Amino acid sequence: MSMRSAMGRVRGLGSAKSGTGHWWSQRLSAVALVPLTLWFVAAVATRTGAEHAEIAEWLSSPWNACLMILLVVATFYHAWLGLQVVIEDYVHDERWKIGSLLLVKGVSILLALLAILAILILLTGR
Amino acid sequence: MGTNDRPLSPHLQVYRPQLTSVLSILHRITGVALAMGGLLLVYWLVAAASGPEAFATAQALIGSFFGQLFLFGWTFALFYHLCNGIRHLSWDIGLGLELPMVAMTGWSVVGASVALTLLAWIVGYIAMGGG
Repeated sequence: MSMRSAMGRVRGLGSAKSGTGHWWSQRLSAVALVPLTLWFVAAVATRTGAEHAEIAEWLSSPWNACLMILLVVATFYHAWLGLQVVIEDYVHDERWKIGSLLLVKGVSILLALLAILAILILLTGR
Repeated sequence: MGTNDRPLSPHLQVYRPQLTSVLSILHRITGVALAMGGLLLVYWLVAAASGPEAFATAQALIGSFFGQLFLFGWTFALFYHLCNGIRHLSWDIGLGLELPMVAMTGWSVVGASVALTLLAWIVGYIAMGGG
């Protein structure tokens, strides 16, 4: 069921000029993170203090690598969206606001990419 | 006094902290903390990809006293944000908005986060002892 009016759908804009996109993305990534996080914590808790070989073996499975990439993407996407709201709430100076928003976005993308590359290296067992 | 210097309402400091307000700000604080904790996750993965030596350094760092203290706080922040996040999602679909229910789910979130944190650490210590 759509909560948006026909005109709202055509324009795709609300008072924030972005409609419900941000809110919806935050909820969707939150829902995805519930099973992914539980899976991740269970996986690492049972491998506490593991040697390199054990972790390499774990991430050499396409299933585990795939879930791990999904976890990383959902985590940094959700973190970016969340930090964006926090900055918009507390940083009122326009220059600082735009600067910190861009920084958070850039660092989130950088960290997610780094993590994905690390997972792919472990998957291929280079 | 310029427009920007005027005092703004509401003055949050005059209110007695309540379960609802404390859990609300804790959701935001744990969210920001978890975002910072994301750095550790990336470091751990990059160390694993870099080879056994770098990974051993990372494991030793995480296994140190301060590493474990940080990780324990991170575990609680994660479970709190997860449990309270589910509470928020239920509010989003209009469930549990009556005040007695809000208090009940609030305390449940606190209890569940503590229990899940302890469970994860017990599993971790058993895994270490067994391995």
